[in-house]
Amino acid sequence: MNWKDFFNMGGYAFYVWGSYLTMLILIGGEVLAVSLRKQKLATRQFSRNSTSEDGNQ
Amino acid sequence: MNWYKYASPTAFYPLAGRLIPWFAIPAALLFIAGLYVGFFVAPTDFQQGEAYRIIFIHVPAAWMGMLLYLLMAGYAAIGWAFNARLASMMASSISITGASFTLLSLVTGALWGKPTWGTWWVWDARLTSTLILLFLYIGFISLQAAIDDPKRADRAGAVLAIVGVVNVPIIYFSVEWWNTLHQGATIRILGKPSIAPPMLAALLIMLAACWLYSIAVTLTRLRCIIMEREQHINLVNAESRGGLQTSVQA
Repeated sequence: MNWKDFFNMGGYAFYVWGSYLTMLILIGGEVLAVSLRKQKLATRQFSRNSTSEDGNQ
Repeated sequence: MNWYKYASPTAFYPLAGRLIPWFAIPAALLFIAGLYVGFFVAPTDFQQGEAYRIIFIHVPAAWMGMLLYLLMAGYAAIGWAFNARLASMMASSISITGASFTLLSLVTGALWGKPTWGTWWVWDARLTSTLILLFLYIGFISLQAAIDDPKRADRAGAVLAIVGVVNVPIIYFSVEWWNTLHQGATIRILGKPSIAPPMLAALLIMLAACWLYSIAVTLTRLRCIIMEREQHINLVNAESRGGLQTSVQA
């Protein structure tokens, strides 16, 4: 099997690759969303920690 | 070792952080292995040609959608019955991943239906009940988002989640109870699966990958929820110092 046939998927390329692309978007999007949420919280916590340690809240 | 201590969100927070890589890394490796077996080892289907390869995401996604719903409802019920905050937070965390997998099963189902059935969508029992599952997830997520008080949001979500559980067996048995366009189960708990061994292997590897991924992403989101809800406790310090410390808020 060569790569051209592989990407052609026996004429079903749109359906097969469309499905795998959807999975990539959903899982990738979820991972991205959750890491952004985590990062935002970490920055907030960090800035709060530094203010509380300075003692000037 | 006292395991009950991990029922407390602040005690569970650092434990969850240590657990995540043990699920995330195997999940990534199994996704790669599953895709390799699915595309390069599993043979072409004699009826559907290459189109059948959608099965490797469609079936695990559909199972995850249903199983995560049961898990979410279970955690929501425990949280409600025993006033266990961590369980309620777990339910909220699972809801997003469950909704995502349900959407994935519907989209891949449509992409598979078009070349094999000749239509993107039919209002048959299995498709309709799966669409209802997605609406239940969306209902749970929006209900929780609409209520400011986390305690009330958890309770309202729990009621919705528990009532919706009735839909899961309807989805599962829909292909037997009604005359539907959707095919019956390929893999049964009892009896031989009606699928070639390499195809089955790819399917099971992808299912395992989806499970591990779900655990990893839910735990990560759970940590965010804990952080958002337990703002009075300094979790970052608790983790780095290996103990718990309550910061005094002015």
